[in-house]
Amino acid sequence: MKMNIILKRELSSYFATPVAYVFILIFLMLSGVFTFYIGNFYERMQADLIPFFSFHPWLYLFLIPAISMRIWSEERNSGTLELLLTLPISKEQIVLGKFMAAWIFSGLALLLTFPLWISVNYLGDPDNGVILASYIGSWLMAGGFLAIGSCMSALTRSQVVAFVLCGFVSLLFVMAGFPMVLDVFRGWVPLIILDMITSLSFLTHFNSITKGVLSLKDFLYFLSIIVAWLYATSIVIESKKS
Amino acid sequence: MIEVDNLTKRYGDLCAVYDLSFSVEPGEILGFLGPNGAGKSTTMKMISGYLRPSKGSVSIYGKDMWTQTLEAQCLIGYLPEGAPAYEEMTVEAFLGFICEARGIENSRKEDALNRSIEMMSLEPVANQRIQTISKGFKRRVGLAQAILHDPKVLILDEPTDGLDPNQKHDVRDMIRNLSTDKIVIVSTHILEEVSAVCNRAIILNNGRIVSDSDPMSLLEKSKYHGAVTLETKPDKVSELAEMLSRQLFVSGSEKSGRNLTVFPVLGDRELLVKLNDFLREHDFPVSSLRSEEGRLDEVFRNLTKGEPK
Repeated sequence: MKMNIILKRELSSYFATPVAYVFILIFLMLSGVFTFYIGNFYERMQADLIPFFSFHPWLYLFLIPAISMRIWSEERNSGTLELLLTLPISKEQIVLGKFMAAWIFSGLALLLTFPLWISVNYLGDPDNGVILASYIGSWLMAGGFLAIGSCMSALTRSQVVAFVLCGFVSLLFVMAGFPMVLDVFRGWVPLIILDMITSLSFLTHFNSITKGVLSLKDFLYFLSIIVAWLYATSIVIESKKS
Repeated sequence: MIEVDNLTKRYGDLCAVYDLSFSVEPGEILGFLGPNGAGKSTTMKMISGYLRPSKGSVSIYGKDMWTQTLEAQCLIGYLPEGAPAYEEMTVEAFLGFICEARGIENSRKEDALNRSIEMMSLEPVANQRIQTISKGFKRRVGLAQAILHDPKVLILDEPTDGLDPNQKHDVRDMIRNLSTDKIVIVSTHILEEVSAVCNRAIILNNGRIVSDSDPMSLLEKSKYHGAVTLETKPDKVSELAEMLSRQLFVSGSEKSGRNLTVFPVLGDRELLVKLNDFLREHDFPVSSLRSEEGRLDEVFRNLTKGEPK
């Protein structure tokens, strides 16, 4: 499978520079800070990881663009995009390979939070099924953010612009279910569209997963978000060649 | 062989390449010449399958670049402008990646790697990261990745740009020494490169072909072709020009410093002999006398800018 060749190269390039190590370190530090100080992990006196997971959407909001911003911008900027796209590998495989590398990388960062899982089991008797579902949900959500980021990165040769664009579009998707977003539409759009906007929210789906129900609906939601944005990525790449 | 048919590329209202048609046979080393912005790179990007033409087609040994893209791209080795490479990788890792991407089997990978590294003399930097090596080595890494799979077609966009004279010489040698059944397309804005390397030259201007011939016949288009330049004392140049202007075998002359370039009448190939006799007859002191093959830069300017001033 040619996709694996791209995946392998991408993944090793994360670790060839300090980017990977800095990212993992900051991710672990921040998720600790959020869980213990802001999430009041101890004070709640409950053996679960809700304080940990509930901050993930916000953590991802600015950490995932930091991974995704380079996916295409860097290639376009250094000219390697031309090299890559003239190799006998289809564009779809390249798009998928690059995305999978970033997704696996973010999964690795997520996996490294395992001491927290061990701690909570040591301290009490949590529902490990819920925690597992939450981990899977968090990873799926990271995939959604990354797919948005991949498309934003394809739009520009500047990594900074890619970062900001990805943060902004991701924010829209996170906040879609919030009253402040819905109020803008309320009153003048049909109720069915209002419901559709609500159902686009990352938060709605992620929260329902962290409650312990990994329903097919939420799974398919994140999967289709990923597919849609990756498809958009490949269209953007084709149209931005010059 | 490569067949290019009515190839056109538009960016909005701007027409970068207009209606190019030509074909290239195995054994040909085709030079693409033209001023900056003439459409050289755009044309090469379309031939390599990176850019989609607005109109027209490219076929590589019968494989259409847009309906059989992957098959066609397998036949091509491509050096994009500026020899881009993944800077954070080592030379060997980068070439290894290209091997895999090109579908070279593991059993042949080692051979392919060694052959390319040897041909481009990359041994000293094989284990260094590309971001730490010099520009000359970087360019050679770009060439090495293009020849890894021993392609039938090589497309090189400004392969000697930014190299020092020795490296330029090496790259030209490499291109000339490729086996004779290959097709090579080289773009350059260095004129002497064309006569040094190519056996065919296409000159582009404003996205159109303005000349397609071998480098020798390009030289013949020069007004200096067949002319003779002689060197004498600075104060004698005007006197000599005056004397020669009365001779029937001279159509004109051009002064520059202590040099005088003398033009023959149309079709006369014996100017050097006649001039030599004339000078001896008048016992005129001349320190050198040489026949001109023609000047490429003048032909180039004529073709791409109209009459030179």
